[in-house]
Amino acid sequence: MEERSIGMEVNDIKIKAFPAEEFKDNDTLQRYIDELKEAGGSVIVGKLDQLIDWGRANSLWPIAFATSCCGIEFMAAASAHYDLSRFGMEVTRNSPRQADVMVVAGTIVNKMAPLLRRVYDQMAEPKYVVAMGACSISGGPFLNSYNVVQGVDRILPVDVYIPGCPPRPESLFYGLLQLQRKVKVERFFGNKRIKRYYRPETLINPKTGETIDPQIDFDNK
Amino acid sequence: MLEITQIIQQIAPDAQIETKQRLTITVRPDQLHPVIEALYRNETLRFDYLISLTGMDWGDRLGAIYQLSASVDLTQEVIVITSTADRDNPLLYSVTDLYGTAHLNEREIYALFGIRFINNPDMRRFLLNDQWKGFPFRKDYVHDPKLNPETVISSEIIDIAPRIMEKEGGELAEENVAVFGEEDYIVNIGPQHPSTHGVMHFRTSLDGEIVKKIDVHSGYIHRGIEKLCENMTYPQMLHLTDRLDYLSANINRHALCMCIEKGAEIEVPERAQYIRTIMDELQRISSHLLAWATHCNDLGATTAFIYGMREREHILDIFDKTCGGRLIINQNVVGGVMFDIYSDFQKDVKAFIPYMRKKLKEYDDFFSHNAIALGRMVRIGLLSREDAISYGVTGPAGRASGWSCDVRRYKPYALYDQVEFKEIVRTEGDSYARYLNRLDEIEESLHIIEQLIDNIPSGEVCAKVKPIIRIPAGQFFQSVETGKGEFGVFIESSGDKNPYRVKFRSPSLAAVSVIPLISKGAFLSDLIGITGSMDFVIPDIDR
Repeated sequence: MEERSIGMEVNDIKIKAFPAEEFKDNDTLQRYIDELKEAGGSVIVGKLDQLIDWGRANSLWPIAFATSCCGIEFMAAASAHYDLSRFGMEVTRNSPRQADVMVVAGTIVNKMAPLLRRVYDQMAEPKYVVAMGACSISGGPFLNSYNVVQGVDRILPVDVYIPGCPPRPESLFYGLLQLQRKVKVERFFGNKRIKRYYRPETLINPKTGETIDPQIDFDNK
Repeated sequence: MLEITQIIQQIAPDAQIETKQRLTITVRPDQLHPVIEALYRNETLRFDYLISLTGMDWGDRLGAIYQLSASVDLTQEVIVITSTADRDNPLLYSVTDLYGTAHLNEREIYALFGIRFINNPDMRRFLLNDQWKGFPFRKDYVHDPKLNPETVISSEIIDIAPRIMEKEGGELAEENVAVFGEEDYIVNIGPQHPSTHGVMHFRTSLDGEIVKKIDVHSGYIHRGIEKLCENMTYPQMLHLTDRLDYLSANINRHALCMCIEKGAEIEVPERAQYIRTIMDELQRISSHLLAWATHCNDLGATTAFIYGMREREHILDIFDKTCGGRLIINQNVVGGVMFDIYSDFQKDVKAFIPYMRKKLKEYDDFFSHNAIALGRMVRIGLLSREDAISYGVTGPAGRASGWSCDVRRYKPYALYDQVEFKEIVRTEGDSYARYLNRLDEIEESLHIIEQLIDNIPSGEVCAKVKPIIRIPAGQFFQSVETGKGEFGVFIESSGDKNPYRVKFRSPSLAAVSVIPLISKGAFLSDLIGITGSMDFVIPDIDR
């Protein structure tokens, strides 16, 4: 048994395919780590935890919630030329119950929002969400439309955003590697979830017309 | 055309007939059906192909524009316009009995403009939820997030269709009919289902393994692109067309550019025409390759999927080197192309042609004659020529049913009148014919590129265009042949810097509207193969 929470830095998170220095933004993750440190205190990490952490980060099974163009780039990333399986993510699941990470690839409109939430709710914990492309980040080019949800973080908590319209497969990989690092950090702090973005400002129940309490934790409902 | 004018005048003496670029007939709502029926049954030239049906809001009047064409000669076009002043309860007569494609189009117009169609057997809203308040495409619509909020709570699907039928005495009766029988066993396929090629939702009633009826639900990616265009200047609209049918992004954009150029009378330099045509054909190959790959994947051949994507990357690399984009390349602009080709472009394309030919042979060897593949495609999903025309199914799917409908041949644009190519037509009408058509069209595209690649003239790639383009008042239409079929852009301009109304004619909507017909009586497992062979793209349907 060893005690490792004190002095934990971004550089300590090893991703085999990509050295820590090559990530463009390490400060954000370092801030999370500092925040977690303040909240977490000292945590004992054993060899078994390390093994679990290694296994989870390297076999994130995605479900592609592909609605439009970004879905095609996801397909391109998963096929031979780019080869997503280098990072242990080639097992794209068609059922949310078998998936670890949901890649929201494409525009989400009002009609789709409840279904997206339902698929998310069907996933087993621990689960992660990657918002791929401008549409799922903010509505993108369709921001002013009457029917487009302005970012999937209004519906569910998001771990990683990947900008682009559509993002190239390289960008997708970069985002997914960031996610791997977040997963690895998590273990060091006794399973405490790292910060996710969620801003359900205007969720309204259409049956009663009431605003849904944004504090509701859908995960533990 | 003189003869048509006489026929119309007999039926509707007070119809306004104008012969501008195309014959335009404006009729009262009650004369609409007889006029269109006369055109449909006209013996010398039957106008049996409804290219597009466009809902309109002219401020004081709501109406619809019917673009008709003849299936034997696509160069012949007639426009029929009708409108009603009643904004509270606008009613028009349906043409569903004549054209199959009218059904979903009329439902779409009801959802977006609130116009209901008498005698349409199923007048539910298409694209939008039943609970949606207001009609977003009307000019006086103001979006209020309180009325139509975002929510995470699902609404139930009610399978009861309202409709208005005309009784024998001419009375109108409002009815509600059940979409499915009470005993029907209904399975939802989609919207989040990997084999529906996007977010399509088929409510399927089954008898054991046999498909009895399919109810098409769409709109899970309805982004209101046409409405967004109304608040944009013409050059700003360009990037939205790319995101309709993203597999034919460059070709869609070509259509919009040509439509604007037609309206604003801009001459495109010849070098740009060459680049546009070559890029279109490369895009078509990549679209067909993806269609082939996913179709094979639907039939269980995962290796074929990887193969198709592999060859596609070669084309995307060429796009990437030309303009930095892979899937959506933003190359066409009004007046020409944004980027000139790079120095090794010709070399790369010429290296790709023999490579692709070799791979086509390989596809043919390992999948096209495979016993399992044949068993799941031959005589499955039969679409007759009459139905293909009635539902407006164009592209490789329409040509597999024996309908010669290549826009490049009938209404040549860019350089298609200067190159030689075969129009691939098969008469079997099954999934296998559609499958083979795509592979053969790849070969034809390679042939077209071969004729052009060495002769690209030097010169400008873009004409001088003002940043704000104004199109004179009027209606403009331009169609092109995408990988899926005839894609059209309709612009009504009021002379302003923004369009008054934009409508995109979607080939995928036609392809999906015919699915209930051709998969009736098929096995559930074959339904997936049939949808794969029709090759539709959902954002193109929902717009």
